[in-house]
Amino acid sequence: MTITYNPIIELSNVNFSDRGVPILKNITGSFPEGRITTLVGPSGAGKTTLFRLCNGLISPDSGEIIIKEKAIETYDPTELRRKVGIALQSATMISGSVYKNLSLPLSLQGKQLAKERAIELLNDVGLDEELLHRNVKDLSGGQRQKVSIARTLVNQPKVLLLDEITSSLDRVSQQDIEELIGKVNKKYGTTILWITHNLEQALTIGDYTWVMMAGEVIETGESSLLNHPTDERVKRFIRGDME
Amino acid sequence: MSYLTLSLALIFVLIPIILSKTLHLGLEKDTVSATVRSIIQLLAVGYILQFVFDSEHIIYIILMILLMIIAATQNARKKGASIKGITWKLVATYVFVEILTQGILLGFNITPATAQYIIPISGMMIGNSMVLSILFLNRFTSEVEANQDETELILSLGGTPKQAIHRQLITSIQASTIPTIESQKTIGLVQLPGMMSGQIMAGADPVQAVQFQLLILFLLLTAAVVTSAMLGFLSYPSLFNERMQMLKIRRKDELNSH
Repeated sequence: MTITYNPIIELSNVNFSDRGVPILKNITGSFPEGRITTLVGPSGAGKTTLFRLCNGLISPDSGEIIIKEKAIETYDPTELRRKVGIALQSATMISGSVYKNLSLPLSLQGKQLAKERAIELLNDVGLDEELLHRNVKDLSGGQRQKVSIARTLVNQPKVLLLDEITSSLDRVSQQDIEELIGKVNKKYGTTILWITHNLEQALTIGDYTWVMMAGEVIETGESSLLNHPTDERVKRFIRGDME
Repeated sequence: MSYLTLSLALIFVLIPIILSKTLHLGLEKDTVSATVRSIIQLLAVGYILQFVFDSEHIIYIILMILLMIIAATQNARKKGASIKGITWKLVATYVFVEILTQGILLGFNITPATAQYIIPISGMMIGNSMVLSILFLNRFTSEVEANQDETELILSLGGTPKQAIHRQLITSIQASTIPTIESQKTIGLVQLPGMMSGQIMAGADPVQAVQFQLLILFLLLTAAVVTSAMLGFLSYPSLFNERMQMLKIRRKDELNSH
């Protein structure tokens, strides 16, 4: 299917391997600017690795990654990572309070996060402002995940990479986050790439989707492709015969 | 002390051997090997020192110090094998500690510029630096390994490698220097330091022995903090590449298999 849009991230023949094991094989494709693209596929498909490449945490063995019409290696790494924010499933926290975690992106630049802004961010992700000075040790998995999302938003990234961020949340919290991300996308035109194992979520929130398996991109197109895939492997994955 | 009297000291080697045999501790072989090695090594050092002291030639003093630095590096580098270029980082640290401490001692005329002073003090400084660097490298590599997620989080938010590794670096510097600082707090209360005891037994005035011991203690304090801090700041950049990406840490088991 041919889609016309302004690409914000373009990948061509990207390969990546870890200790000789190929993780991503000849990835070619692009992500549209200002839209929400979901990435689905069984575990071990290389989705998280793709995110780490886009955030510049790792570099490909071969191939090219273009971000906003500029080769990724021409960016200053810190500038790139502020523009292309990432929130991982692990929701790693630094020890200390919620506020310390929220202000981390700014404190790394020698700036301070205003308390009002911190409270606003907490409210945005559906957390009570009372949590601001609570130690992150005392948060539930879901609360940590929400703090992690809020923290990524502090840098006001142009692209937001979200890796299974709602998998540890209950249904209500999941909807809160979907709503928030939708709002961020609409209000600031932030491009969203969202890894999810929840196909229903991919259909409701995503404009486009990439189906990945064993380090390869199998199908890409509008989210509705998940309702009528052409590839046999994708059909099996959607039926739940593959994990 | 005559060699005959010294040979009686071997009774103290027999006791652990007998105990080890009786209790099936299996330490006999190691005890004998340690005893033989210590006798040969120390006697050799004694004769070499006598030669160096008699000749009073600067070249021999420098050679002795270089030998100490090489031995210390050889010993400590295994602990930091996962850090690229650790050998030269250790050499640079030991050379700096040596120049700094001897520079102050000789520059301010605190000790005379003779082999009799320079060599033993250098031995203590480099030996202490070696222990400190082993403590530091042990702690630093395990801190880095255990906190990779935190390091990557900071990098992913736009932090620099220095910011990403700062906490682990400071924790490791603190942890490696704490034993030196703590042992100074109880010194004299629990045990008399070896050098001071040796001087007193050799008939020196106890107050003068204490003065010397204090000098050594303060030097050790400097050597400890300088070693850990310098090694830390030399080591952390080699954990990252020029794209500010964290390099894969080669774990100890991987290093052994190569």
